[in-house]
Amino acid sequence: MQLEVGITGKSFASAAGKRHDVLANITFTLNAGEVGVLFGPSGCGKSTLLKILAGLDHNYQGRVARPAGVRLGMVFQEPRLLPWRTVEQNVRLAAPDVDDGRLAALFEVLELSAHRHHFPGELSLGLARRVALARAFAIQPDVLILDEPLASLDNALAGRLRDQIATLVASRRMMTLLVTHDLDDAVRLGDRLFFLSARPARILHVETIAAPRAERSEKEIGAIKARLSQLDLANI
Amino acid sequence: MLRLLSFALFIATWWIASLVIGDAKLPAPPVVLAAMIAEAKSGALFLNLGATLARVALAFTLAMALGSAIGYLMGRVSLANRLGDPWLILLLNLPALVVIVLAYIWAGLTEVAAIAAIAINKLPTAVVTLREGARALDPALDEMATAFSFPPGRTFRHVILPQLAPYIAAAARSGLSLVWKIVLVAELLGRPNGVGFEIGVAFQLFDIPLLLAYSLSFAAVVLVIETLLVQPFETRLSRWRLRAA
Repeated sequence: MQLEVGITGKSFASAAGKRHDVLANITFTLNAGEVGVLFGPSGCGKSTLLKILAGLDHNYQGRVARPAGVRLGMVFQEPRLLPWRTVEQNVRLAAPDVDDGRLAALFEVLELSAHRHHFPGELSLGLARRVALARAFAIQPDVLILDEPLASLDNALAGRLRDQIATLVASRRMMTLLVTHDLDDAVRLGDRLFFLSARPARILHVETIAAPRAERSEKEIGAIKARLSQLDLANI
Repeated sequence: MLRLLSFALFIATWWIASLVIGDAKLPAPPVVLAAMIAEAKSGALFLNLGATLARVALAFTLAMALGSAIGYLMGRVSLANRLGDPWLILLLNLPALVVIVLAYIWAGLTEVAAIAAIAINKLPTAVVTLREGARALDPALDEMATAFSFPPGRTFRHVILPQLAPYIAAAARSGLSLVWKIVLVAELLGRPNGVGFEIGVAFQLFDIPLLLAYSLSFAAVVLVIETLLVQPFETRLSRWRLRAA
């Protein structure tokens, strides 16, 4: 099972009628069990790319081959919870078949057990993000898409949430795509890192990290980060 | 408690005013109460109130259901909006009296004509409100529902309907007050019963206690329905919003 992406272009017309190219050539494949990281400058079209991969946007050139019948779990940049439903209802609406034990375990890992019956308006951003994560994991996805799940959280919280994501990703064999602009998150969570250029986005460099996530030492992570910074990819 | 006080104040003002103006034009509260009791004893009061209420209920339900459906469609589909907009503007600005008179001419002095006329008067405001609601639907939540492949029924019930709820409540609230007003005119012009008919009779006989007896009973019914039905419904709809501490 793998995700084949062969996008040759994506553009849209602005309100003024001008054509904007958002994506250029983006080709890669992702295998089951792998975490692919899309890394690039702000506004380079990462979210547009994710929308195409999630099947929310069909208006592009090229093709994206997803295996038939895959279940997609998605964590958007904003939590996108239903404000009029409780935390538990939000998760259950996306995953009606989830059994109580698994849901309880998921809430336990994400430290949400105390918030089951709260409405999203009563949660902090960090908590709401975790509910969005719980929702995506509850459906037992084959493809998991995470759009900057750690953005605008403080360091301690982001670190904890990153570990929680790592735990959950390891618990199931699926294709994961993560968007981030934090190199540290990319190196800690990813198996293959795709470095994107500024608009229109194309892939500048692919970095494959061979060591399994759990066995990466701080030293290795530091070394990879140092090497990647030397490539100076952000400024090409 | 505060409500009771404001009610007492209303009665007191009325009583004083009737003393100043004179019984012939503004009868005192006990006189009106006596007329009310007489009508209640004969059963006419309940019969007429019942007839009016039934018309309100039917016309209101009809207008809300049709208006919500049309409004939602016009908010979501731009072709429907362009086709429907001129009709909507026409209906919005058509005087209630014109609709009622035409309905009676075309469909005869029948119950169907009365209810249709009332419903047509209320319909355009429901359409306008629901169209705004449909336009304000959050595309981000739509995407979420698509990404998680919600079936259409689930999307409608849990994603779309809660977003439309405040608009439906607003349409119901303004629509109900509009229907209360128009139903009496429709009854006055072409029905043999109902509060509007009785008020017409009282007007012709210059029977002011009877006129007030019906007007006030009607107002009381409206108040009861507002307090017991409309307001609890609105509270329930907004229970997920954060309450000010």
